[in-house]
Amino acid sequence: MRVFFPFLSLLSVSSEQIEQLHRRFKQLSGDQPTIRKENFNNVPDLELNPIRSKIIRAFFDNRNLRKGPSGLADEIDFEDFLTIMSYFRPIDTTLGEEQVELSRKEKLRFLFHMYDSDSDGRITLEEYRNVVEELLSGNPHIEKESARSIADGAMMEAASVCVGQMEPDQVYEGITFEDFLKIWQGIDIETKMHVRFLNMETIALCH
Amino acid sequence: MDLKTFVPFSPCSRWLLLVALVGSEASSDLNESADSPAQHAPKAWFAASSSVPDERISVFELDYDYVQIPYEVTLWILLASLAKIGFHLCRRLPGLMPESCLLILVGALVGGIIFGTDHKSPPVMDSSIYFLYLLPPIVLESGYFMPTRPFLENIGSILWWAGLGALVNALGIGLSLYLVCRVGAFGLGDLSLLETLLFGSLLSAVDPAAVLAVFEEARVNEQLYMIIFGEALLNDGISVVLYNILIAFTKMHKFEDIEPVDILAGCARFIIVGCGGVFFGVIFGFISAFITRFTQNISAIEPLIVFMFSYLSYLAAETLYLSGILAITACAVTMKKYVEENVSQTSYTTIKYFMKMLSSVSETLIFIFMGVSTIGKNHEWNWAFICFTLVFCQIWRAISVFALFYVSNQFRTFPFSIKDQCIIFYSGVRGAGSFSLAFLLPLSLFPRKKLFVTATLVVIYFTAFIQGITIGPLVRYLDVRKTNKKESINEELHIRLMDHLKAGIEDVCGHWSHYQVRDKFKKFDHRYLRKILIRKNQPKSSIVSLYKKLEMKQAIEMVETGILSSTAFSISNQAQRIQGIKRLSPEDVESMRDILTRNMYQVRQRTPSYNKYNLKPQTSEKQAKEILIRRQNTLRESMRKGHSLPWAKPAGTKNIRYLSVPYSNLQLPERDTRAPESSDDHGSGSEFPPITFSAPSRTGMLQERRRTQETIPMRNLPRGGTALHFGHHEGNGSHEELAGRGRRAAVRPRPLFHAVDEEYESGEEVEGAASAAGARWTAEQGHNRGHHESQSPLLQRK
Repeated sequence: MRVFFPFLSLLSVSSEQIEQLHRRFKQLSGDQPTIRKENFNNVPDLELNPIRSKIIRAFFDNRNLRKGPSGLADEIDFEDFLTIMSYFRPIDTTLGEEQVELSRKEKLRFLFHMYDSDSDGRITLEEYRNVVEELLSGNPHIEKESARSIADGAMMEAASVCVGQMEPDQVYEGITFEDFLKIWQGIDIETKMHVRFLNMETIALCH
Repeated sequence: MDLKTFVPFSPCSRWLLLVALVGSEASSDLNESADSPAQHAPKAWFAASSSVPDERISVFELDYDYVQIPYEVTLWILLASLAKIGFHLCRRLPGLMPESCLLILVGALVGGIIFGTDHKSPPVMDSSIYFLYLLPPIVLESGYFMPTRPFLENIGSILWWAGLGALVNALGIGLSLYLVCRVGAFGLGDLSLLETLLFGSLLSAVDPAAVLAVFEEARVNEQLYMIIFGEALLNDGISVVLYNILIAFTKMHKFEDIEPVDILAGCARFIIVGCGGVFFGVIFGFISAFITRFTQNISAIEPLIVFMFSYLSYLAAETLYLSGILAITACAVTMKKYVEENVSQTSYTTIKYFMKMLSSVSETLIFIFMGVSTIGKNHEWNWAFICFTLVFCQIWRAISVFALFYVSNQFRTFPFSIKDQCIIFYSGVRGAGSFSLAFLLPLSLFPRKKLFVTATLVVIYFTAFIQGITIGPLVRYLDVRKTNKKESINEELHIRLMDHLKAGIEDVCGHWSHYQVRDKFKKFDHRYLRKILIRKNQPKSSIVSLYKKLEMKQAIEMVETGILSSTAFSISNQAQRIQGIKRLSPEDVESMRDILTRNMYQVRQRTPSYNKYNLKPQTSEKQAKEILIRRQNTLRESMRKGHSLPWAKPAGTKNIRYLSVPYSNLQLPERDTRAPESSDDHGSGSEFPPITFSAPSRTGMLQERRRTQETIPMRNLPRGGTALHFGHHEGNGSHEELAGRGRRAAVRPRPLFHAVDEEYESGEEVEGAASAAGARWTAEQGHNRGHHESQSPLLQRK
């Protein structure tokens, strides 16, 4: 139990939940201390998820793990696992507006990293297309063409939101994180980006 | 669409039909009532016209007695069905009130008619008929359509809540009513404790099926849904068990003679009855699963086996005074998994539909009886009793909910919040079960039966109407959702992505404590059970077998209807050529969003969807369908490498020359000649403003465009309107091709380019069909929008 103390503040969840997450971690890793990408095959329901590869990748992304500006880790240990999980804890609205804003930014950053696969700080058209294709991958009626067009349209929209009126020959490189935040200004991510089990109040525990 | 024109017509027709039915029923009732005073009056009338009654053969006779019972029963069922049709045609009603309210109203209507015409309703419902014929289908249907996995995951809470909740409610209501009866002023002094306990037990039979539809609409979380569903499932059984035990008590002793031994025996009996019933059900389930293993050659009897074995489990359990309801439920749950894999596709469908049919017939009849009882003379109204009954029902339900869940929350991974508990409390709608039990109280033992019936009816009407109608708004109110007005494509995309992300993360770390048990069961299942119970040549994976079933199903569908549901979108053709900044017109945004919403990979539905009154495609089927589509996609990709399909028919192959758009001169194909032929919504192809982004990506765009042009066969087929466009080409529209290809060929091609020739190679045709399906995006091509050149570009097929 004591070893989990530093995580309590990280997650603001109860120690029971950390224990449960630890059990889950052990299950996924097959009792090894670290998880590799292959271990995620043990989650059968993940098969049906169209953005499966992105989700798994997110677990190993150095930017999410706060280990570096880019690249992928080969394996993650329990602390890293918890770090990723911490992105999904509910925003504690009692903490004050700054904190809320900070938490929201963190979550959006996680999302941003999911889109920006080459870690260059911008979501380019290609990356956007990639995302749209994956999302639309369930349907054979939609050609790659259409996925591209949708991505193009979305990009245009983003451009108009972020940069406003563009000159005819101005080129829009890609969505930066600030632009990303702008796009997300009106949308409430609270119900979406938190997982229910992490919904416990902060309990100070000393076992 | 067609329905729009139909709707104004249909309520009128429905009312007409209703009136006609009512009229015929009234007239039949009148006939009956006219009959009773004069024995065989019509016959006598005709006989009177002939001099010698015995020797003449009457040309026209009327014998109503002979057909009375089935005739009236059929009329009632038809009336209820028509009401349901009307209910669903009226768009707003299903959202306003649950369907059981409608049935109650229909019952009341019929009751009113029968009362009004002073007709003796046929004694169709008595104890044996109810318990032997009317109740089993209802229970079987709810057991069969229960989503097994969430049920088993929450089984602890469900058993705790359903079992103990029913007990607490029954005892609580009974005891408190007894205390009320002790107060002399109400004139209820002659009600004994046993009687009130019995009354409490029959009031504890909650029927929340009505609220499940509301839950599905409001998309409450899975656990809440399962708790309510589980309660609905088990509650009937438990209250019937209680009821029977208490009746036995009443028969055996006078109240003063009951000793603690008897009470202990009663409790023990309760447990034995419950568990014994489940045991029987499981055994019968396995037996029937085993038998369906051998029925390949006579698939027509498969539904028969399923139904007969379930019914047999019920009867066998009832023989031994065990709980038949729990037996049939357990049988259905056990049998379902294996039977679904063993039986043929049509048997599977038959079973589902027949089950729904039987249960809705039963329920309709019960509600009709309820209506008949409502409007009749056998009521006894006692203000105190009825008011207190209502009050105590609510109070005890609240107590049981909050107390029991407080305890069970300590052990749960996902505790139920107070909001959830409020919703559970409010969903305590009584229904047909309570009424039946009240109606069947033996009058000899319960001299004040009428009082009970009246009180039960009041409770049912109150809860069904008031709670049933208001629970929808309440759920929505409690679960305040911020509606994201999705104005932009970005939002749509992002939100969908987040849904998937959330589902993925939940999968990675969800349901931990149950995984181990489930995995162990799965291993056991695989190693032993499946070998015994499932046919030899079945695929190992359930997804593959579902895949196969779906393929067959879609092939059949396609052959039958000729049109598969495909995405239909129309991008408006209106954007002008814009200098400088090219913006998306709102219609384009709208249509793109439309495409997105309709075509994005559906997030796995977290709440199981069970509708008591209708069959919807199962979630797992939908998921498997998506997998099937994806796999066919990848298969198609691999096929592009060149090797032909195993089932490609060489006969009658023709060549199609596809049309291409030359890179340098991207003109829009001429569309005018096709426009008049094209049917309504697929007329305009997609036109998309070219989007200029950063230079490097642009050339990349164009290069890819070129590549994809080559691989996309453009093809414009005349708008025969059906997906069986192969049929258009004489001699080649063979159904075998279609069946073989399953889903692939089913999609409607979009007429975007002017086809020079309409022959095609069969091998490539498949691929062509598949990729010709759906949306044709000329996104990358239309530099000049609105340019309708008559030039027909040509595409060379690779």
